[in-house]
Amino acid sequence: MSTLRALAAAQAVAAGVAQPVATVRHLHLATRPLVLVPLALAGEANAPLAAMVGSAPGQGRLLVVPQPRNRDQRFAFAAELAAVALPYFDGYRAGTETITVDRGREVRQRYLDAPQVLVPNPAGVTFLRLLGRATRFRRVDGDYPVPPQVPLLGRWLTFLTERAERPGSSMLVAMTQALTLHWATGQSAVEDLHLPALLGWIAPPGRMSGAEAAALAEDPAVCPPAGPATDPEFDNRLLAPAIEAYAAAGDDEAARAEAYAELERLLRDQLTPTWELMWRGVGLLRALPPGARVAGRWEGDRDAFTAHAEHVDGGGAPQPRRDGAVAAAARLHRLERAAASYAVQRAYDDPLVMAEHRLTGEAFVGEVVLADPARVDDSGKRPVLRPRIQLVTTDPVLVPVGAALSSPARSGQKARVVFVTPVADGKTEVVLELSGGMGRGLTATPGSVPEVGERLCYTTLSEAYVPGGTFPTVEETPWTHGGPPTPVSAVDMPDPDPAPDEEWA
Amino acid sequence: MTSSEQRLATIRGDTPPRRHNARTIAALTGNPGCTRRAVLDGAGVDKPLLAERIGFPARFGQSRFAITRGNVFEAQVKADGGAELLRLVAERLGVPVPAAASWTDLGGRDDVTGREERSAALLTAALTGPAPTGTETPQADPAGGTDAAALFDHPLLGLDVAGRRVYLEPDLVAARLGGRFHVVEVKSFAVIDGQADPAKLAAAAVQSAVYVLALRELLAAGGHDPRLVSHEVVLVCPADFTNRPVAHLIDVRKQLLVVRRQLDRMDQLDVLLTGVPADFTADPADDATALVDSLARVRANYAPDCLASCELAYFCRHEAGGQTGTLGRPVREALGGIDDIDEVLALAGGDHPADPERAEAAALLRTAARLRADALGTPA
Repeated sequence: MSTLRALAAAQAVAAGVAQPVATVRHLHLATRPLVLVPLALAGEANAPLAAMVGSAPGQGRLLVVPQPRNRDQRFAFAAELAAVALPYFDGYRAGTETITVDRGREVRQRYLDAPQVLVPNPAGVTFLRLLGRATRFRRVDGDYPVPPQVPLLGRWLTFLTERAERPGSSMLVAMTQALTLHWATGQSAVEDLHLPALLGWIAPPGRMSGAEAAALAEDPAVCPPAGPATDPEFDNRLLAPAIEAYAAAGDDEAARAEAYAELERLLRDQLTPTWELMWRGVGLLRALPPGARVAGRWEGDRDAFTAHAEHVDGGGAPQPRRDGAVAAAARLHRLERAAASYAVQRAYDDPLVMAEHRLTGEAFVGEVVLADPARVDDSGKRPVLRPRIQLVTTDPVLVPVGAALSSPARSGQKARVVFVTPVADGKTEVVLELSGGMGRGLTATPGSVPEVGERLCYTTLSEAYVPGGTFPTVEETPWTHGGPPTPVSAVDMPDPDPAPDEEWA
Repeated sequence: MTSSEQRLATIRGDTPPRRHNARTIAALTGNPGCTRRAVLDGAGVDKPLLAERIGFPARFGQSRFAITRGNVFEAQVKADGGAELLRLVAERLGVPVPAAASWTDLGGRDDVTGREERSAALLTAALTGPAPTGTETPQADPAGGTDAAALFDHPLLGLDVAGRRVYLEPDLVAARLGGRFHVVEVKSFAVIDGQADPAKLAAAAVQSAVYVLALRELLAAGGHDPRLVSHEVVLVCPADFTNRPVAHLIDVRKQLLVVRRQLDRMDQLDVLLTGVPADFTADPADDATALVDSLARVRANYAPDCLASCELAYFCRHEAGGQTGTLGRPVREALGGIDDIDEVLALAGGDHPADPERAEAAALLRTAARLRADALGTPA
């Protein structure tokens, strides 16, 4: 929690409405995102109860599981969801572009766009992760066959939920997280997980204050929870009798149809408010201009989408239940790199995010008061162009002399701190020596050295490429990590549990 | 009746104290710094009723689907005299699976004191003598020899909480498996690929720690070594997406310390009560406005975490409105530890702090406000 964000939360309490903590949108937003609002049956590991899914506000499709404890019906739900999701994913495989990699020595293809799935909250992501785990190893033959699209959906859901762990990825997004990335409310992080309350703070209806709207949204009788957990009161009072009525109808066609219609009505009532809030959230996010580096990160998502689609097409195995030691270490390393680069990119894209780093002394904004663009350093073997500039800033400057800085406005140029001199009125003078990005000769190309009067931000945050770590091969797994795994690839085997039908209770 | 007990009875009103169970005791470890909660729980006030009376009803409903699932899973695990359960627990403890084990059902309809005595007698007997030959227990297995394992279903354990006897019912206690007593807790949340929901797992661990504590006190009272009760509890959960039970060991040493500390604190309610106004009452039968006034005189320590564990949380949150603590501890700390939101904003706006110790926080807030305004393009 940065002080800047905490201050925004305090201001939100005083103003009665959420306050912005970003000036640009830090995630990609698809033209037609697939919005998915799942509901699960209480007490079960992962029993889908219902879902509303679709890629346009008026096109929400309701999926209902009349007997959530029935295993066949769970997989029937997965098949129905697959019938919506898989064609949606495939729709993004129409056109490709050619990308050169490894300095042009190789080329590969990348899809021009990629799918985006939006769920209400992090619990929704967890639900999809478990649904992916429950379905991706299912067999299409044998004792308990499932339709072929079920394991396929499982692999896609697993891919999306793994991707969602990566900071800066926009393929599977929890709406509450997307919104809190851009607004600070006058309530706690726990309360922000409740989508209706969060949106109540960001866009209170009518003349209500954010606090009033959030309080109203907390009453499950007024505003159903955004799932996947349902309101216990709803379960006991309405859902349980409806499920029992459906079960009691048995083979009586007319009674069953009636019971099903009632269930459908109940679940639609629970899902529709959240469905509408999801699209309101999309609207709020869309109103923000995208950050400059959002498209670059989306290219990474498109790469991952392309790679996964090719893996599936090529008959590759489903994702293992658990990573081996080497794969886990490599994954953690990738996620850490992504987190670091995402933090830098957000700061470079957004002065309000950079302000957090200015407050901690990792960045400062100052006005150029002196510039020596022609300065040549001839102390070494060859003379080199090393212009110096002096800035005056009111920000706290905690960078040490000798530190390498860069500026979001001039990311190709490095600046080394030469002097830091506190002067009167809480101001600080900083002298920087510049290198790079000024042409080849001993004269800087016009405009490549900041001029007197320019206001610039310099920071220790760097976008420079950091090479990835190297990891041993699986066969060379060190003994500290369990040694090389035994050749029987138990982790890659399909789920062997031929569990009996779970119709009980 | 001691003066403290009398005092607590007055606070509670004209009703018997609300019974604690392992879950409520576990919940006590949540916010140890809250005087209001310690006093109300110590007095055994009916907090759900109280919260409703003052217009802030708690929302701790339980879905009957979850209840059913829990009961069915427990019944399934305990079927066949616990044969399957015995194998699971023994294998998890790394001891040979006994050929047979006695199964003693200590549940029953007789009064709690009788049940507690019976549980105590049979559990202590299991330490030394032959397995209980159920005089009152029809299901006891006579095949159990001196070294045979013994399983006790729903024993009733007692624990003193704030000077009152509280009765607890663990799902199962396994004796003489690996030479020690083990608390076995059957939970119906799934363990998928070896991982369970962290929040549910944490709750189960604290709850089991309460049972371990009660069982240890029982042995100590009988003159036995309390360490004969293992600090490793066996958690039995469904594996993956099936109903197949799987056992895991949880080390609850840390939870034991936390629970012990909180119970000791409640034993010293006298000390706590000295800071509470002498005429403080929280009788749910009182008038709502009087109750609100009364509650306001005992300090609460609201944190957003309370919403998940305390019935009075919505009231306390309302009362704490305008305090940085309502935004969460990290926010309060990021704001220099200043409690009042108005003060935060005043300092951020350039006011000089009355307290010189806040000069640093004030400077930070001023800079933060200036930087925020600068980035948003609004006047500071």
